[in-house]
Amino acid sequence: MSKPHDSHTEEKSHTVSYGNLVLIWLGLLALTGITVALSGFSIGRWVIITALTIASVKSLLVMNVFMHLRFEDRMFRVFVSVALLTLAIFLTLTFFDYAFY
Amino acid sequence: MNAQVQAAVPVHEHHRDDVGTKIGMWLFLFTELILFGGLFIVYAVYRFKHPAEFQLAAKELDTFVGTANTIILLTSSLTVAMSITSIQEGRKRLSMLLVALTILLALAFLVNKYFEWSHKFSLGLYPQSPELLNKPQGEILYFGLYYVMTGLHALHVIIGMIVLAFMVVFIARGTINQRSFVKLEAGGLYWHLVDIIWIFLFPLFYLLH
Repeated sequence: MSKPHDSHTEEKSHTVSYGNLVLIWLGLLALTGITVALSGFSIGRWVIITALTIASVKSLLVMNVFMHLRFEDRMFRVFVSVALLTLAIFLTLTFFDYAFY
Repeated sequence: MNAQVQAAVPVHEHHRDDVGTKIGMWLFLFTELILFGGLFIVYAVYRFKHPAEFQLAAKELDTFVGTANTIILLTSSLTVAMSITSIQEGRKRLSMLLVALTILLALAFLVNKYFEWSHKFSLGLYPQSPELLNKPQGEILYFGLYYVMTGLHALHVIIGMIVLAFMVVFIARGTINQRSFVKLEAGGLYWHLVDIIWIFLFPLFYLLH
């Protein structure tokens, strides 16, 4: 998927159909329902793990479809991964001071 | 040589680099990610140190209001995404209507937030309140983070509404049109970021009990 690089790279955007957008929205609402329902059961540390997993899935749906990341050049996904990895490193290094000593 | 190159580029064509614009917007979003990310790390550390007190304090929050606001923001993300599809199809009025609807949903979110905070204030749960200072350290930290993080998020909602209002004007004036809509895409990206931050704030503050 190489792109021609003119002096002015015009929009050659992918159009996401209304149907697909609504489908993603329904998926997001369903996941919200699931995470609220699951919070009712106290299952120790699993509460936070399931809640964060569902939140991550929701974010991926928003980023890939609503934010068009799926349809952009691969470079965008690499950039986003680097940013998220940086945050993960910050979080891990911080916890070296509190949890894993 | 130079004159030849000059001649090859039509003078009336305004220089555009839509990919560059979007990269710029994403880079800005990364700075936002680090801004909120720092707060999420503070939250993670304090929660790790005071797990029981965080769970107790979280019971004070109204899951119903939180869920309602989550649904409102998810829907507003849908409408702004649809506005891009409609401008791509050249449906100008529909696109404007969808962005306007997004602004209304943002307003609904803030109204909910206002009532939610007012209720907390009336219970004496606000930073430095005597009620709160009598509570254990973990609960004070929880409410401090609650006000800072949802407050900073609400500030982003307000900025997002202003950005989206500009988008409506740009579409009306034809600055954003079927052939050139990267501004609307950038505005949309900002709005989706606000949504994603809330996707994480919601379970961390409301669904802990």
